[in-house]
Amino acid sequence: MTTSIKKLPDIEQVLSGNGACGGCPATMALRIVGKALGSNAIMLLTPSCSVASMGMTPKLGYNWPGINICFATAGSSASGITHAVEILKEKGRLQGELPTVFSWVGDGGTYDIGFQALSAAAERNDNMIHFCYNNEAYSNTGVQRSGATPRGTFTTTTPTGKRQPKKNMALLMLEHNIPYVATATVAYPGDLYDKVVKAKNIPGMKYIEILAPCYLGWQFDMPETVQLSRMAVKSGAWLLWEAENGKISFNNPSSLIISGKKGADPVDEYVMKQGRFNRLLKGPDAESRIAEIQGDIDREIAFMRERAKITI
Amino acid sequence: MKAAQVIMATGANAAALAVKSARVDVVPGYPITPQTSIMEAMAAMVENGEMNARFIPVEGEHSAMAAAVAASAAGARVFTATSANGLLYMHEVLHMASGGRLPVVMVNVNRGIFAPWTLWADHQDSFAQRDTGWIQYHCSSNQEVFNTILQAFRVAEQTNIPVMVNFDGFAISHCLMPLTLPPQEDIDRFLPPHEPEWRLDPANPSSFSNVTMAAEYAQFRQMLSDDIIASIPLVKQAAQEYKDITGMWDGDTIDTYRLEDAEVVAFAVNSMAAELKLSIDILREQGIKAGLLRPRLYLPFPAEDIISALPQNAQVMVLDRNYNYGHPGGILASELKSVLFGRRNDITVKNRVMGIGGIDLTRRFMAAEIRAMMDE
Repeated sequence: MTTSIKKLPDIEQVLSGNGACGGCPATMALRIVGKALGSNAIMLLTPSCSVASMGMTPKLGYNWPGINICFATAGSSASGITHAVEILKEKGRLQGELPTVFSWVGDGGTYDIGFQALSAAAERNDNMIHFCYNNEAYSNTGVQRSGATPRGTFTTTTPTGKRQPKKNMALLMLEHNIPYVATATVAYPGDLYDKVVKAKNIPGMKYIEILAPCYLGWQFDMPETVQLSRMAVKSGAWLLWEAENGKISFNNPSSLIISGKKGADPVDEYVMKQGRFNRLLKGPDAESRIAEIQGDIDREIAFMRERAKITI
Repeated sequence: MKAAQVIMATGANAAALAVKSARVDVVPGYPITPQTSIMEAMAAMVENGEMNARFIPVEGEHSAMAAAVAASAAGARVFTATSANGLLYMHEVLHMASGGRLPVVMVNVNRGIFAPWTLWADHQDSFAQRDTGWIQYHCSSNQEVFNTILQAFRVAEQTNIPVMVNFDGFAISHCLMPLTLPPQEDIDRFLPPHEPEWRLDPANPSSFSNVTMAAEYAQFRQMLSDDIIASIPLVKQAAQEYKDITGMWDGDTIDTYRLEDAEVVAFAVNSMAAELKLSIDILREQGIKAGLLRPRLYLPFPAEDIISALPQNAQVMVLDRNYNYGHPGGILASELKSVLFGRRNDITVKNRVMGIGGIDLTRRFMAAEIRAMMDE
């Protein structure tokens, strides 16, 4: 059973008064992550919204020691810290329980510039959790395309709508043979919480990707973050799944969509809600471009359904 | 008391043995010629239990320096090594090490930079990192490599400034020379365990390298600039105390040979400076009062020691194994002129670039070059 939002621990690792936008999904997600991780952890951040909004040197708005690192280096930097704390503990120079080492990184620092170092850390199976809070664009620099930006999205660097589909980063991480991979989103806090608790207790490399609808980049009304997050899941544009030791299982409500017990909502309503997509409707090729978005979603659902059948 | 042990070792072996003696905690590493054998030795020593450390086989030099910086921030004593394009690939993260005041020690085995390809030594790689805020030593023998790495850890941890120890590819890295290994208890006495003032600690949550306002940023930068210059007495103290404990001496900020009465002074770094001692002997036999001044420290540039060491009215022949693009000569000559200007107007500085891409620099060739420069 998924933990109810009412049963989440009281501990708050995101302190009051930081500089994030109202309705910021990354901050919302980090709050839930904090409840699962507790305070004995070391946090790594790459240049992103979560750094820009966390407060000024030497303080930070998160109740962990936090190190801001070079953009491309989440994987390698977290490796450095995890090996350091382990050897220092072995040598008796660090007392108490080993802290959890985790990276809190956007889709740019995960899918794009950070991909190489993350892939290598995964291949080494170094002991860390890599969180990707995925708002499907470079929101911090004013919304440019990333490898996580879905086809059809308007960004400042895709001024007629992106022509290529996004890549499936969580699946790519799974193919590194790491012990735990999960996807989540803020509309399902209990699901996210349970996945982080699970990851925390598994040694080796863990990857958790959290879809983070960003009102600025996606162009919807600020109070509707959670609603957009839920619509993404119900339309099948975001699938909730986890894989322990390579075996994929889907979580509700994505499991219903995958099993065919419940059809995915048509993408139209989800698209219409967002300025980043609905500008397509003004173009002469509106119909075919919306069909492309639907096609990408349908293909991903079909592909993941088949991929999950491989259990060797 | 245990006696020192003498073995035959390459420069790369000497570096690896120094890192082992320094009781390093974490070594992220990535291979690149001619540095590779250092990383191979690190991996082997960690694997067979000779070194109680973690070796992280990263996927590139940018990641090697990132892992080094992060491990250092977590409180570990950290080492890595690279060469040429590997060093250039680290460039961004070198700034994080110095700006973050993290006492990482790194060996750079000097090699010419791509393109076009070369495998052999020149000094473009390390000199191109001049403005990254690292302290830089340049070594001219295998023994000096060993000694300097231990001194580098001490200086780095005293100043919270990263230190780069440079030596030439092949001429040093791959050549066997006798190497004196001081007893481990002497090294432990010289280099106590690393106890950082600050580290990433969940009991004390604070931010590291977070956003700063301009006034604060400027203050961080000013402190780094001041502290690099202020490291000179610590470099000297490290060399002196190392000598007191081990009996070995390679110079401190500078190393000199037959300099006191010299009228012609060769000025160069790394292995060519060792060879230059023989060129000086040749010139002396020819009746030329020649001497050598080798800056062992390239950064901070040891201005005061150079100014006070140069004999009156000397002609200084700067032999640069690098180019100072946009200027007709090399980088060392430019550095030297900048410190002499207005301070030692009696000195004449002449400059030639040589040995690029590993072109062999023999004692006779360099003696002849210096003679020719005298007539210019």
